[in-house]
Amino acid sequence: MENILAQAKQAAEEAEVFMVTAEETPVQFEANRLKHIQSKQSSYTALRIVKNGRIGYAISSGTSGSRDLVSTAVETAEFGIKAEFELPSVTSYPKIKVFDPDVESISLDEMVKLGEELVATVRGHSQDILCQAEVNKGTTSVRIINSRGGELNYKQSAFALGIEGHLIHNTDMLFVGESESSCHPISETRAVTDVVLRQLELAKNQARLPSKRMPVVFTPSGVASALIPPLMAAFNGKIVLEGASPIGNKTGEPVFDKKFSLRDDPTIDYRPESRPADDEGVPSRCTPLVEEGEIANFIYDLQTAALARTQSTGNGTRNSGGLLAPAPTAFILTPGNTTFEEMVNDVKEGLVIEYLMGAAQGNILSGDFSGNVLLGYKIESGKIVGRVKDTMVSGNVYQLLKEITAVGSDAKWEGDSINTPSFYCPSVSVAVKN
Amino acid sequence: MTNIEEAAQRLAEIINRHRADYIEAHLEESQSTYITYRGKELESIGKTSSVGGNVRALVKGGWGFVSFNNLDNLPDRVTLAVKQAELAGGKKIKLAPVEPAIDTVLTEADSNPAAIPLAKKKLLLDEYNDIIWAVPKIQTSVISYGDGRKKSIFVSSPGSYIEQERADVTLRLTAVTTADNEIQQVGLSLGSRGDFGKVTGLHQQVEEMSRNAVGLLSAPQVKGGEYTVVLDPVLAGVFVHEAFGHLSESDFVYENERLSDIMALGREFGSTELNIVDTATIPGLRGSYRYDDEGVPATKTYLISEGKLVGRLHSRETAAKMKEKPTGNARAVSYRYPPIVRMTNTYIEPGTATFGDLIGDIKEGIYAKNWYGGTTSMEMFTFSSGEAYRIRNGKIAEQVRPVTLTGNVFKTLKNMDGIGNDLDMNQGGGCGKGGQVPLPVSNGSPHIRIRHCLVGGS
Repeated sequence: MENILAQAKQAAEEAEVFMVTAEETPVQFEANRLKHIQSKQSSYTALRIVKNGRIGYAISSGTSGSRDLVSTAVETAEFGIKAEFELPSVTSYPKIKVFDPDVESISLDEMVKLGEELVATVRGHSQDILCQAEVNKGTTSVRIINSRGGELNYKQSAFALGIEGHLIHNTDMLFVGESESSCHPISETRAVTDVVLRQLELAKNQARLPSKRMPVVFTPSGVASALIPPLMAAFNGKIVLEGASPIGNKTGEPVFDKKFSLRDDPTIDYRPESRPADDEGVPSRCTPLVEEGEIANFIYDLQTAALARTQSTGNGTRNSGGLLAPAPTAFILTPGNTTFEEMVNDVKEGLVIEYLMGAAQGNILSGDFSGNVLLGYKIESGKIVGRVKDTMVSGNVYQLLKEITAVGSDAKWEGDSINTPSFYCPSVSVAVKN
Repeated sequence: MTNIEEAAQRLAEIINRHRADYIEAHLEESQSTYITYRGKELESIGKTSSVGGNVRALVKGGWGFVSFNNLDNLPDRVTLAVKQAELAGGKKIKLAPVEPAIDTVLTEADSNPAAIPLAKKKLLLDEYNDIIWAVPKIQTSVISYGDGRKKSIFVSSPGSYIEQERADVTLRLTAVTTADNEIQQVGLSLGSRGDFGKVTGLHQQVEEMSRNAVGLLSAPQVKGGEYTVVLDPVLAGVFVHEAFGHLSESDFVYENERLSDIMALGREFGSTELNIVDTATIPGLRGSYRYDDEGVPATKTYLISEGKLVGRLHSRETAAKMKEKPTGNARAVSYRYPPIVRMTNTYIEPGTATFGDLIGDIKEGIYAKNWYGGTTSMEMFTFSSGEAYRIRNGKIAEQVRPVTLTGNVFKTLKNMDGIGNDLDMNQGGGCGKGGQVPLPVSNGSPHIRIRHCLVGGS
């Protein structure tokens, strides 16, 4: 790495070398039994330079031509965008704990046992269910050095387990599932299987809703599948800068219900999305995005922040192609104090949404969402009476979150990057097939 | 000899020394270029090169898989894959027999996007971006261009050694418009098997796309409910991929007795006019190849013939388990993943109806065009259009907001009561499954009509 930096400094004004090496071991169960054990090793090196004021970029993975990195970066810099930022000269970073050495010592046998336990518990409830399960452990090392003396090194561990169940009666199919992740090893499967068993229990009977507007309770996974994707786009500094975010010019304004608060937070110890610094070496921080309904901030990387005449929020993230862009780390939605049961009890006729399929594939910039209720339940006189099917829900996130009846006290992680409670919305459009 | 050729030859020797039911290895070398624009300015331009490989071993029905992008320590990689397979194994399984092949498949001469200078690529994208921005009320534009070339080598313990090259070009353009609190966008996706010419000369389409994005600002949203819908070939292609294609991937079916019962060959899914095909054998399409990632030759597979289920897509394992012939549909998006059952080029064969026939007797309906995306849970699927219009009294009427459509595979295909005569393949898509995304595929269809289709709305 030092060699590449030294060569790059001779060819350009500024340079940054980013290197990541990763190892992971997924253990996979298919059709209720152990099927695959994998081991994946990978590494890549990315070089970013500023030459004649313009950014050049090259990336190489594995042992392929790291010697060509400098010449490729120089070639692309000829066409590159003007660099508006300075690389950080930071060498000391906040102490955010993301590595637990115990993860590395978890044996394959232990991982297989966890997977067997997941499958056995779910099958114990529904003998006919077909399960896919995965237990995964991994470690990642990140190193960044740049021409301004900035240097970052950290190691991260990750452990995850999850299960999906598929239950078929004639041509009726039911999907249930849950997963959990941490930088610590996970030794208990209960938290995951409890969620799945509850889904199976609630979906036992089928129920029908009429087509109309009605109250809807989004569970944490319902919130994650239906409401979060438009928000992740709208708070992205790049989209704000282009004027394509509907809230981009509304800092300080009350856009959402007072009960709605949201922050981006990569500083929570032992979470897979946490890190001491972003992928360009800017120290991590917690960024409030919505405070009691008012727009507070957006997320930025160095270049976007410079163009927007503000500071990077430490959200510079490299996507799979290596390109740097602002991206959320972990979106944390502040819980309220209403229990899920209290929300359901309050509804005369309505819908609980656990998973909305296809919600993020429309015009998410506008906040519109529309999807099929893959898992959801009808509420009748304050009680869940059964699973709904052939049901489509549509709405606009900004209209929906302007008036929230209640926010749940049941916040939990949904995947690595969303922590949310349930939300109870008074009126949502529901269309049902006759 | 290149690095990966050397590694492939070493691996061919090493895997023969191991005791496993089956071992295969993949080596891969690729270069790619990407150029993105956001707004008036170029956002990024860069090049990526990659080398890597994997070893996959089968012992008593358990698979071990080791991927790496450091080509040292190859014997250890094989040992680890075999050890993992032993640990995962329980009951012995069969793989459908396939003749070992020794072959080299090179890309066509006009398929080397890497040979085209960056300056020429950038010039073309500049032209497209200028066209977008020349349309009034444009708020921003997003352009993302990528090209790549990949050489892969497959070796297996029964003695296959297959070297294949492929090239790929993709282009996605989006125009975003705003007015008051409204934000609308229209996109255009194209792709080719390495032929840069296929993404040139789109100036008129780019302008239409931008004007459409402006038109959407004043378009109303339809009320949610059931409609008769006519889909254009692009959206109908996404429909056939999502609504039926995924269900025909037999890795969902082969260890699932109940689903196998539902998906029994001969089951009626649609009218006698309905024929659905998946094939990797058509030259020049993005989903095409000569051998899949298990070294099985590509085939043409009828999934539905005259409305009845007649075939499905297989890997060697699923074919053997279901006692059917392998179809050559095991594909991996890169060396980082094991091959799984995937589609290639999937389409509805053309019927006889003209567009006029399809809309002529619709009193009130929706004409949905172009795509945002689609997804499936096998029984249920959703797909969303990029544009939509009302149909009134047999004529295309005013523009409405793009719609999301949903359906149930066992009912919706039966509700398809009109198939056009104008098959068109869309090369701009990428498919995701099991974390492996985007896999180059193409979808196609003529215009089709579906009765009682559930549409989301206000």
